[in-house]
Amino acid sequence: MLPYIARRVVLAVPVFLAVSLITFSIMQLAPGDPAAILLGGDYLLFATEEDIAEARAALGVDRPAVVQYLDWFTGFFRGDLGTSLFTGKSVGELISTRIEPTVSMILMGIFLAIVLGIPMGILAAWKANTWIDRVVMVFAVIGFAMPGFWLAFNLIWLFSVVLGWFPVFGSTQFSHGIPEFLRHLTLPAISIGTSLMALNARMTRSSVLEVLKDDFIRTARAKGLVERVVLFRHAFRAASMPIVTIVGLSFAGAVTGATLTEVVFAIPGMGRLFVGAVTDRDFPVIQGLMMIFAGAYVFINLAVDIVYAYLDPRVRY
Amino acid sequence: MATGQTESTRAGLQPRSRWVERYIGIRRALVKNPNMALGFGILVVISFFTIFAGSVDRYDPLELNPSDRLMAPGAKHWFGTDTTGRDIYSRTLHGGRVSLLVGFSVAVLTVGAGMIIGLVSGYDRKADMVIQRFMDALMSFPTLLLALALIAMLGSSINNVIIVITVVDTPRMVRIVRSQVLSLREFQFVEAARAIGAPTWRVLLQHVAPNTFAPVIVQATFVFASAVLVEAGLSFLGLGIPPDQPSWGNILALGRTFLQTAVWVAFFPGLVLTITVLAINLVGDGLRDALDPKLARRA
Repeated sequence: MLPYIARRVVLAVPVFLAVSLITFSIMQLAPGDPAAILLGGDYLLFATEEDIAEARAALGVDRPAVVQYLDWFTGFFRGDLGTSLFTGKSVGELISTRIEPTVSMILMGIFLAIVLGIPMGILAAWKANTWIDRVVMVFAVIGFAMPGFWLAFNLIWLFSVVLGWFPVFGSTQFSHGIPEFLRHLTLPAISIGTSLMALNARMTRSSVLEVLKDDFIRTARAKGLVERVVLFRHAFRAASMPIVTIVGLSFAGAVTGATLTEVVFAIPGMGRLFVGAVTDRDFPVIQGLMMIFAGAYVFINLAVDIVYAYLDPRVRY
Repeated sequence: MATGQTESTRAGLQPRSRWVERYIGIRRALVKNPNMALGFGILVVISFFTIFAGSVDRYDPLELNPSDRLMAPGAKHWFGTDTTGRDIYSRTLHGGRVSLLVGFSVAVLTVGAGMIIGLVSGYDRKADMVIQRFMDALMSFPTLLLALALIAMLGSSINNVIIVITVVDTPRMVRIVRSQVLSLREFQFVEAARAIGAPTWRVLLQHVAPNTFAPVIVQATFVFASAVLVEAGLSFLGLGIPPDQPSWGNILALGRTFLQTAVWVAFFPGLVLTITVLAINLVGDGLRDALDPKLARRA
């Protein structure tokens, strides 16, 4: 097991380096002078040559690209993500105040997708080619085609405007009480979770369906086991491998969903920070967030692979 | 005649005749697979309405008509109007033009880029090492965030939206082409081509590339669907298609503001968008079943 983990970690290193190179290049290749963003409108109107040179020196953008890259990349490990051009605050500080709403939305969305999507898939496979199967599949196909932010509109209209059950926008902190926290979290989590739920239901159905044809299932049934035990103990356990992978991959989808959902619900999270930074061309913030999300993705998939190898010793090649 | 030819080449080393079989397969699939036929039908209707938007619209999509502003759906305006009295039905049709153009262009460009990079990566082990790490890295970024970062670099316009979504979708296509190449290179017909001294580019283009067709075309339909969704996301955030040109995304963006008073502004364009993506996915699933029986089992 240990050599496998070591090999897998070593493989993740070049990917992470490539992630940092891509992230850094986007800023380097962007047209325009970072000093212009720092000086704002003054850049064109009042700034003298010296002002611009001073701003460029303060930002460190007058150094060679390689030096800038090394400084920025090592800063990532020292916990220093640079300074926002637009607000002058440190990127780390900007991000840290916005982690809670985003992470709670993503976790809740993935949680819903797992606890609802996987049973739906098992049910559909068990009742294959009946109306239950068809209903689940119709949901899965529609849920996967729907943009999450449009679903959010419809949820807001129905549950907040017409029925008044949930707030129209905003979020509260966990520390302000669980009921209110969950009330604000419900609609955003459904908006993020629906397409993942559809994906989970579909993957689980096909995976379980395939296993149900196997001989050991016939044996289990022949020795008189209850259908429930056959389904959950035998079929689902054998079918769970591809599902683990999908759940790992759904993190990236959840981040995309969270970004749009935060804008719809006006939630001050990392996604909205990112969108704002893109609008303002605040590159240090864009870079910091890209590194964090991509780093989390690499890490989660590393963890998924290790879980995978733990569950199925054949993988430890 | 056609079947005779199929039989004779099927016995040969190179399975070229699959082109014919595939055509027959797709036709048969449309008859046998009602879901795919439904998706195909919807796509034909939506393509017709968006391509001929200029003839089937009822108003100019850009025309302001303040006396009709925020009018609910009815006989005069089928999908209602927005704050400036623009007809949502006409805007949805014209917006579909842009959205489908983006989706289609991205699908074509992704196939091109994916084929080139995938063929090289599958054939040259040294290049493969470097290419794959970069593809893995590109896939580590959440789709929309990478697209947004690239937009921040390039600026927003239709062309840039197409380029950006192509960059985002290419790695998965590369992976599919590469895995095909890795298995195809072991086949006898490739070895035979190499043995008679065919140059590498010829082996790749004439013998390997045509046989990657099935999974590539299936993936292309899913890229089409995802590109329509990503375009909608980018334009919804105000960073995709510029607002003077209607697209499904930027019509939806305006709808967000009037959710509490005029839900139809966003409802109908979003519904048409959902139905379109649904139809493309149904066709993609059907194609996969028809072209690639091995994948179909996993569907």
